[in-house]
Amino acid sequence: MLFLDHIWLIPLLPAFGATLMFLFGRKLQKATVSAVCAGAIVVAFLFACGAVWQYTNWASTPENFHRPYQTVLYTWLGTDTGHLTYVLHDGKSTAAFQADVGFLLDPLSSIWLLFVTGVGMLIHIYSIGYMAHEGGYYRFFGYLNLFMFSMLTLILANNYVLLFVGWEGVGLCSYLLIGFYFHRKSASDAANKAFIVNRIGDAGFLLGMFFIAWYFGSLRFTDVTRLAHSGQFAIGDPIITATTLLLFVGACGKSAQLPLYIWLPDAMEGPTPVSALIHAATMVTAGIYMVARSNALFVLAPTSMKTVAIVGALTAIFAASIGLVQNDIKRVLAYSTVSQLGYMFLALGVGAFSAGVFHVFTHAFFKALLFLGAGSVIHAMSGEQDMRNMGDLHRRIPVTHWTMFIATLAIAGIPPFAGFFSKDEILWQTWTSEGGAYRLLWIVGYFTALMTAFYMFRLMYLSFHGRPRMSHEVEHHIHESPTSMTGPLVVLAVCSLFAGFLGWPHSLGGSDRFAKFLEPVFAREAQVLTEQGRAAQVAAGEKETEHTTSTEYFLMFLSVAAGVVGWGMAWKAYRHADRGYVEPIAAAPPVYNTLLNKYYVDEGYDYVFTGRRKIGDTRLGVLGLGEASAWFDSNIVDGLVNGAGWITRLTATISSWWDKWVIDGVGVNGPAILARMLSYPARLFEWGLVQWYALVMTAGLAGFVFYYVYH
Amino acid sequence: MDAMLHISTLHYLVLGAALFLLGVIGVLTRRNVVVVLMSIELILNAVNLNLVAFSRYWGELHGQVFAIFVITDAAAEAAVGLGILIAFFRNKETVNVDEVNLLKW
Repeated sequence: MLFLDHIWLIPLLPAFGATLMFLFGRKLQKATVSAVCAGAIVVAFLFACGAVWQYTNWASTPENFHRPYQTVLYTWLGTDTGHLTYVLHDGKSTAAFQADVGFLLDPLSSIWLLFVTGVGMLIHIYSIGYMAHEGGYYRFFGYLNLFMFSMLTLILANNYVLLFVGWEGVGLCSYLLIGFYFHRKSASDAANKAFIVNRIGDAGFLLGMFFIAWYFGSLRFTDVTRLAHSGQFAIGDPIITATTLLLFVGACGKSAQLPLYIWLPDAMEGPTPVSALIHAATMVTAGIYMVARSNALFVLAPTSMKTVAIVGALTAIFAASIGLVQNDIKRVLAYSTVSQLGYMFLALGVGAFSAGVFHVFTHAFFKALLFLGAGSVIHAMSGEQDMRNMGDLHRRIPVTHWTMFIATLAIAGIPPFAGFFSKDEILWQTWTSEGGAYRLLWIVGYFTALMTAFYMFRLMYLSFHGRPRMSHEVEHHIHESPTSMTGPLVVLAVCSLFAGFLGWPHSLGGSDRFAKFLEPVFAREAQVLTEQGRAAQVAAGEKETEHTTSTEYFLMFLSVAAGVVGWGMAWKAYRHADRGYVEPIAAAPPVYNTLLNKYYVDEGYDYVFTGRRKIGDTRLGVLGLGEASAWFDSNIVDGLVNGAGWITRLTATISSWWDKWVIDGVGVNGPAILARMLSYPARLFEWGLVQWYALVMTAGLAGFVFYYVYH
Repeated sequence: MDAMLHISTLHYLVLGAALFLLGVIGVLTRRNVVVVLMSIELILNAVNLNLVAFSRYWGELHGQVFAIFVITDAAAEAAVGLGILIAFFRNKETVNVDEVNLLKW
């Protein structure tokens, strides 16, 4: 099993590329940089394909049936000799703290592995064309490769600690790449914002990890899952609920959910391939991966599941509504990403883990395609991102137009494109889960689907149709992008068209191979959830509902209808958009302004938390918490630090005094002074006059002679 | 008369002792380094005289051989001593031994 045994090579390949870039990148030719960095990802992708293929063979043998493949390279933190132990929550049993550098391959990580390396490979190739005329070429590719390394570590980790390493690594790369144009203040501000908001989430994740270590005595996924399955923890256990909620805080930060989504729209300051790779297809799905990875825990905490579902649904409709009126082509896509991530969390929250993962999978293709298409549009428009200044591009850049059109159909949920299958699966699962208690969330999700179709077709009509609204100079320069950019667009378009077929539902005569592939990871949880739902129904005195295929067909029809209606509305409003076109929502100015200003959330955060904004004369600023923590930091914490420094200096002074006067003075110089004093009389006999010495010698000799002669 | 004219070993020894004393007094009292070196030669020659006198008295050659060694030694010593003397003169512009008093505490 060549590939499976050397799975650690997959993250190491991009790490090698990144190291080479950071050490020697400045001196390398652009062609060499592209060859090394893109090449590393291509090899990693092929390697990943091989590893997953070997894994599926391995896991279908009877002795390893449905088992995750795990390989531990070495123990990174703690020891396996049991020296570093701590007491668990019951106060009696102990566990040895241990975090491995170990890799885990199971169906869940396989899916992430494949689409991260696959989409990553296409985006690397695209970047060769997109970044060709930019400065810092090697830096860009170095960061991209470092990102791939971190992301692959995150995916393949076999324990929470190593996952956290990757988690922080991708956060760092996100920061570096958002601030890639560091000479632009807005970019460096956006980078800071992303980093700081992510820290809040990371704090939650860390605390959750501590809880896991304290409650389960291990941080390995396999151990935690086994213990969670063992039945010794009751459903609704408060500690597990707290743990999962804290983990979800981490997921909220990384995957841009309410109330921590604010960094993602600003992250669009980075180069467009970065937006496609990090802020649409891969990194932002890390939160979903982590929640899906912890599914055994979440199932034990129904409260957390409800929270996840509600937060996801609210984020979905909230971000979609902002997306309706944004004018920056990348911002529309950013809010769309936030909204789609909300869908995924909705799916996880209602227990439809495989549906959520399926949406991650399809979304990776069509959203990466949309972003890369937007990048191609911006490239053609000489850097213009405002859709108000575009229009009628579909004839000038046909490849970009048609590929983006496919992606738009996919995200709008028009069959048979990929988004239809995954989104429909989520809505169907929301409708049926827990005997219909979540039907309100289905309505939220449904309206989100409607809005999604509207804002995506609005983007298409404003950019590619209507009257040209750009300046003549810009219009003159419009050109289709080079092959290295259109190639990935075409490949992603093909994926957006066909990826959905993997999850062809049973009701349409398919076999839902995607869910079947994930069964080893999620099957048990699905069963537990079904039993919970049934118990809840019985308790509420309801009859068990029959999920008939006719209901499913009806819902399917409704969601397709939502897509078509949204398309129609956008077609009606923007088909002939000319200079000074009117937004239909602008008919209600308060609503329009609220949406255009993103519900004033940033302003609110500035007022409540950072204190940069005042209302009237009052400055709230975290209810004084910011100042209070700054004061605490500068006085108490720094005071302690200074105090420690002062004590050190004091003891140093004393010991130097002791050394100077007692050790040196009494101990070392003392005997010397004594010897000097005692030697004083002896020195009187030393004149330095050689004839005196000769005289004394002669006298002595004479004395001896007289003594021996006359004795 | 014969006995008077006969030069016995005692005569040699007395002459040697006188030479030795002269040398010692010269070394101890003269301030000029050259004269001190010459006085040292006197002392050495007094010793040589003794060696030769006892060699003659015993009828053996050991003492004379030894005297030749001492002469050689004296030549070497004079060479080294004069070398030091010249170096000393170049530094101090003097040959007075009293000026050479650095070797003390």
